[in-house]
Amino acid sequence: MPFPIPNRARSGEVLASLFVSLCATTMLAAQAETDLLTKYAPSDIQGGSRIYTAQCAACHGPNGDGVAKVDLRSGKFSRASSDDDLRKLITTGVSGTAMPPFKFDSPQLNMIVAYLRNMREFGSHTVKVGEALRGQTVFEAKGKCITCHRVNGKGSRIGPDLSDIGGSRTAEVLERSLLDPNASIQPANRFVRAVTRDGKTVRGRRLNEDSYTVQIIDEQEHLVSLVKADLREYTVIKTSAMPSYKDTLNADERADVIAYLLSLKGSQ
Amino acid sequence: MTVTRRALFALLPLALLQFVLIPHALPAQVSSERLLHSADEPRNWLTYSGAYSSQRYSQLKQVGPGNVKDLEMKWVFQAQSLLSFSATPLVVDGVMYVTQAPNDIVALDAKMGRIFWTYHYSPSPGRLCCRGSVNRGVAILGDTLFMATVDAHLLAIDAKSGRLVWNTKVAEASAAYGMTLAPLVVKNKVVVGVAGGEYGIRGFIAAYDAVSGKESWRFYTIPGPGEPGHDTWSGDSWEHGGAPAWITGSYDPDLNLIYWGTGNPGPDFNPQQRSGDNLYSDSVVALDADTGKLKWYFQFTPHDGYDYDATQIPVLVDANWNGSARKLMYWGNRNGFFYVLDRASGQFLLGKPFTNVNWASGLDDHGRPILTPQPSGATIYPALLGATNWYSPSFSPRTGLFYMSTWQNYGMALAPGDPIEYKEGQNYMGGKFSAPEGTVGMPGMQRGAINTWHEGNAHGVVMALDPQTGEKKWTFEMHDVTTSGVLTTASDLLFVGGREGFFQALDARTGALLWKANLGGETAAGPMTYEVDGRQYIAIAAGHSLFVFGLR
Repeated sequence: MPFPIPNRARSGEVLASLFVSLCATTMLAAQAETDLLTKYAPSDIQGGSRIYTAQCAACHGPNGDGVAKVDLRSGKFSRASSDDDLRKLITTGVSGTAMPPFKFDSPQLNMIVAYLRNMREFGSHTVKVGEALRGQTVFEAKGKCITCHRVNGKGSRIGPDLSDIGGSRTAEVLERSLLDPNASIQPANRFVRAVTRDGKTVRGRRLNEDSYTVQIIDEQEHLVSLVKADLREYTVIKTSAMPSYKDTLNADERADVIAYLLSLKGSQ
Repeated sequence: MTVTRRALFALLPLALLQFVLIPHALPAQVSSERLLHSADEPRNWLTYSGAYSSQRYSQLKQVGPGNVKDLEMKWVFQAQSLLSFSATPLVVDGVMYVTQAPNDIVALDAKMGRIFWTYHYSPSPGRLCCRGSVNRGVAILGDTLFMATVDAHLLAIDAKSGRLVWNTKVAEASAAYGMTLAPLVVKNKVVVGVAGGEYGIRGFIAAYDAVSGKESWRFYTIPGPGEPGHDTWSGDSWEHGGAPAWITGSYDPDLNLIYWGTGNPGPDFNPQQRSGDNLYSDSVVALDADTGKLKWYFQFTPHDGYDYDATQIPVLVDANWNGSARKLMYWGNRNGFFYVLDRASGQFLLGKPFTNVNWASGLDDHGRPILTPQPSGATIYPALLGATNWYSPSFSPRTGLFYMSTWQNYGMALAPGDPIEYKEGQNYMGGKFSAPEGTVGMPGMQRGAINTWHEGNAHGVVMALDPQTGEKKWTFEMHDVTTSGVLTTASDLLFVGGREGFFQALDARTGALLWKANLGGETAAGPMTYEVDGRQYIAIAAGHSLFVFGLR
């Protein structure tokens, strides 16, 4: 898992909601769309993207508009409305057209449907991916990313650990995070600021929260548990503590960082 | 919950500044130095048994005989697992680390029980080990936790984030190797031992570098060809002779020796297939902590045919013995005898039965049992699960007494089995055991919902022994047998659970019951205690949960 999730039983739900915040072009995505997106696991969308590229893109094109009068990214399909319709259509093909029947198994079908339903959020433009090795240098030196992030045991734990970020993010999503962190921050990674009754200010990344308490990792990397009733002030910071790298890094450097992040697949 | 721009901007520069100034120069969470002196910081519980001496004794005394009745439950952690909860948690400066069977780790706020993170591990589906797929806890060094898994991997996990640091395969899970113990960290090494004694493994104890996960040394508990002791196995019986090492050992920093108990030889109940003493099964081995070289051994049950694993916790005590200061080791053994050894030399000093024993009439001057084989079908005491087992004992330096959970009047009938052939991954026990004549059954690994089976066969007794004589000082009788460890504190309290689901506080000097709570589930773990913000807590696992008590 790409970051600590406080409650394992809810991880699916958390992941789904994370994906929403990652993939929505703005945080103001329509509620209906949000509901739609939460139905699909990011890993399925990711998997579907790979299958699409290998099996579908030859006809439908990388952007889903390669066949006349068909725009897969529109979310509207003239011959299918439900997910079941889509699965059936892919399995049987469309007679009288160039669309052949495909022998995908059930998980593969689910992945393709998950991708089709979220295709609009993917690859709206082509993201430049540079060289991972150069990217690591930028990540650690000029970008100072390890002052907050940790990769394979190196760097701070204040921000989310990125050791396996490449397994759960696309180049597009990573680029968006670099350019506009505020639009990409996930609820599970939000920072909180608390002031105790004796005036001490505590800041850190939220790991877990309930009605009465909140658990964070603070700026000294201590695991800290706070009782809300003992706090004078408590604020969940909904914007990201990460700066935008729009001006700090040039396009080539960002492309290298993206290549580096994509290469991180974790140690297990 | 408004976000102020000021709050946001205040956050980032501070975070950056800190790491620019002191990049990654954070103090190690638990240094090896702290582990050496862990008994002197009783607010924490830094090793499985509380300290290298494994006395499971705490200097905390806020809770004492006068106020123990005011204990109340502070919080509960309910494991997302229906496997037996056998772990002793660690507590490090207010953070508790406990395992959730088989091999998840949960980091909790020790004061309120709220979760910081959970690490989930999926053991290989083909694994065979171990009876019950339990885990007894983690070890810590620096900011890293170490967990031994049921599929025989050793994992290093970041204590702050719950992320995997390294994963080393210790042995083949498909050949029934596995691990259920809490590792022992000594200096820069993580020491573990394997389980699988019922499946024809060749047992070993091994140490791994805490940073790299690379194996530093390995001590096979069955000597290979050419090694001393190899001739205590007939033919090629050594190859699958068992002698696992599935319980955490102890460490003496002055002698630089690690002490580890070893389990039964295999096949368990067919000793005729492995003539000889079967070294180093059912023994304690003293190993050089840096090299793993054997310094001495003492075999409690040579050529065992009853499954008398010596997988108990070696309790290390410095005390007078016949007028002179000695480095001693106290050992309540599954075979029914209590032993005192000199832990510098391995010399046998005392051995005395603490329950009804009839497989041996006593021990000779060197501690070797004087065997009294019973006729086929006759009742043998103690039976296979032993007069005691892996349940942690305790020693209080204040009372000078050794405490343990025992099974009394626990017998079995045993018939020799046909010769059994080793097949990888298959049960390799032989023999046939059954309830003694005239009884309706035998207590097993776990208790049923209602305790009606045991009439006439076995019940639990917590006992206090005078280690100087092996004499019982007091006993605390239970209706059912017990699988609970024992904790003592500097206020002369003794905490112990049991199979019946009660958690009890006894007077460590008299055994009198001072307080109890019904936790509604069997305790198969050892209690521990710690302190946060000046308040003492006592934790015990029962059923599928961890219960934490403190004063009202």
